[in-house]
Amino acid sequence: MNRAGIPIEEYVCSGHSACPGCGALLVLRYVLKVLGKNTIVTSPACCFTAIAGMFPDTCMEVPLLYNAFETTAASASGIEAALKIKGKKDNTHVVAFAGDGGTADIGLQAISGALEDGHNIIYVCYDNEAYMNTGIQSSSLTPMGATTTTNPIGKEAGWKITPKKNMMDILVAHNIKYAATVNPSYPIDFVKKVEKAKATKGFSYIHAYSVCPTGWRYQPELGLEMGRLATETGAFPLYEVENGKYNITYKKKTKNVLEYYKLQGRFRHLSEDFINDVQAYIDQEWQKLILKEECSKK
Amino acid sequence: MVKKIMTGNLAAAWGAKISRAEVIAAYPITPQTIIVEKLAKFISDGELNAEYLRVESEHSAMAACIATSQTGARTFTATSSQGLALMHEMLHWASGARTPIVMANVNRALAPPWNIWADHTDMMSQRDTGWIQFYAESNQEVLDTIINCYKLCEDRAIQLPAMVGLDAFYLSHTSEIVDIPDQDIADKFLPPYKAFYPLDVEHPLSVGSLAMPHQWYSEFRYKIYKSMEKVIPKLNKIEKEFNKEFGRNYTGSLDLYQVEDAEIILVAVGTVAGTVKDTVDYLRSKGLKVGVIRLRLFRPFPSEELIKALKNASFVGVLDRSFSFGNEGQIFSELKASLYQTNRDPLIKDFIVGIGGRDITTDTVKKIYENCQKCLKNKKIDQEIEWTNIKV
Ligand SMILES: Cc1ncc(C[n+]2csc(CCOP(=O)(O)OP(=O)(O)O)c2C)c(N)n1
Ligand code: SF4
Ligand SMILES: [Mg+2]
Repeated sequence: MNRAGIPIEEYVCSGHSACPGCGALLVLRYVLKVLGKNTIVTSPACCFTAIAGMFPDTCMEVPLLYNAFETTAASASGIEAALKIKGKKDNTHVVAFAGDGGTADIGLQAISGALEDGHNIIYVCYDNEAYMNTGIQSSSLTPMGATTTTNPIGKEAGWKITPKKNMMDILVAHNIKYAATVNPSYPIDFVKKVEKAKATKGFSYIHAYSVCPTGWRYQPELGLEMGRLATETGAFPLYEVENGKYNITYKKKTKNVLEYYKLQGRFRHLSEDFINDVQAYIDQEWQKLILKEECSKK
Repeated sequence: MVKKIMTGNLAAAWGAKISRAEVIAAYPITPQTIIVEKLAKFISDGELNAEYLRVESEHSAMAACIATSQTGARTFTATSSQGLALMHEMLHWASGARTPIVMANVNRALAPPWNIWADHTDMMSQRDTGWIQFYAESNQEVLDTIINCYKLCEDRAIQLPAMVGLDAFYLSHTSEIVDIPDQDIADKFLPPYKAFYPLDVEHPLSVGSLAMPHQWYSEFRYKIYKSMEKVIPKLNKIEKEFNKEFGRNYTGSLDLYQVEDAEIILVAVGTVAGTVKDTVDYLRSKGLKVGVIRLRLFRPFPSEELIKALKNASFVGVLDRSFSFGNEGQIFSELKASLYQTNRDPLIKDFIVGIGGRDITTDTVKKIYENCQKCLKNKKIDQEIEWTNIKV
């Protein structure tokens, strides 16, 4: 444990092939630091599995099961059920680790099923806001205004008009016991939330902000700064929902979204008008979040 | 030993119970539902110590089964038709991951139009997924084959999944007397499952990762091919032991009926073989030299065994209960391919029967034999493919 209370153990070692500055591995490292050695990870087709190592090499020091793109939650439930019947569940954590596409799009049905069926797993979505592994196509978590290879800028405006799907609310609607958003730029908050997920008996969900310099087009060394801006502008608010009660864990929404958007190539084409629309949307969602928190207190 | 009157669906559930399946992940579909309902009941009655995963689709069922098997639990599931089709991606995954999952599949037609009755399109369409495929003729065979499948699939030399087909309604919903093996003897015959490379925090492994063209992908696939080659000899050995322990007389990949001196042999799969056997008895009483071969195993395809069994036949009629559009019935194709490069060249004809559960009566079969006789007399087949009892 270092002075900030973050375990120093590492379960992801060097030798992987992620781009410099990739957020996905940072997210996984923090998650595993908290959960420790007695953890089994299952992960679908996504950047992470492509970079974790080619057979017979691996960067993982805990067991990792590769699964098909849309099956992460089912795969995790399977591991949990088998551990249970073998009498090993009590001291083993099962982690589903998937991208935004594998979570909010193709894998959503399996998540809904596994959550309702009461499985004791920790589902971590690392949200890099597009299908990166296949070359930066839009997902339902690609933010408003971003251009991707399936939202290309042409003669007409081709960027993504619709906002991100609200995964947290979808899971809260399933009466999930614990769900939280995390951001590696706020490691202490991150670790605390994973600890809560670890202590939860039942399905818990961690939605992790995960920078992608390759897909977002910015300098890789700006990753942590990007993360701070995402939260300070309210583009990626930090909060948790415990048994239906909302709790915002970072309240200082002080910056305009332009400060965040202007650093990234994927937003470069946007007009002032559109940025204003994005700002209005973010403000409205922030207000809703505050109301949800207030209602929780009553 | 206890004898009970039960349907094929119950026999499948009993097969999984006697095999002491540890996890069942399944999704309901007509006419399979009773299998999973019964297993859920066994568990809630405390008669089977297993986890039941109430997944939200067949795709997730198979995905979960793969994970449970890789974590080291003996795994069972059941499906049918659309459900099996939805599993397709994961069926490839299960064999690629070398998971010895056993699945009962109630053979049912695919939509549209909607049809819940027997045909083999569902399983034939999964021919190339790397699963061992059995087709049963009786409820007893359903139960016994499931037990045998675990023994076969979990063998170090095999490590592949298997599906056991039972015809919709003809078996799934028809009651027969079934002899339930003694649990004690079954436990000796089939010891607890021990995975060779389970997910284990004490021995962390990354399982199923990326393999580049110049690395190991081809070798992984080659090993499946090699394991499939060992299935038939292994099955023969396992069934010999099974027959001895439980007083049965299974004969491996083929079930031969009156073939030794037969001039005309029909080749069939599943329950229709029973009707054909009855017809053979009748025609034999009239002095005709006819016989039938029932394929118990379709994957791996028992080529050598078939060639041997057909060695005296002058005419082979294949009864296909499925069709590969743009070509012919699947068994017909495979049988012809097996006969190629042997010096045997019997006349051979494909009869497409029982599609979408259309009844195949002894009259239907008699007409087929008559047609074979006529062709044999003319030393020429009238047409290569005949859809029998078609109204258009
Ligand atoms: C059934 C299926 N459809 C499509 C794919 C192709 N595919 C692999 S990874 C991927 C995108 C993954 O996106 P995401 O989940 O966001 O993870 P990321 O790569 O961004 O980390 C796609 C579309 C697949 N493997 N399987
Ligand atoms: S493309 Fe993005 S998510 Fe994928 S490895 Fe590179 S930085 Fe990480
Ligand atoms: Mg992504």
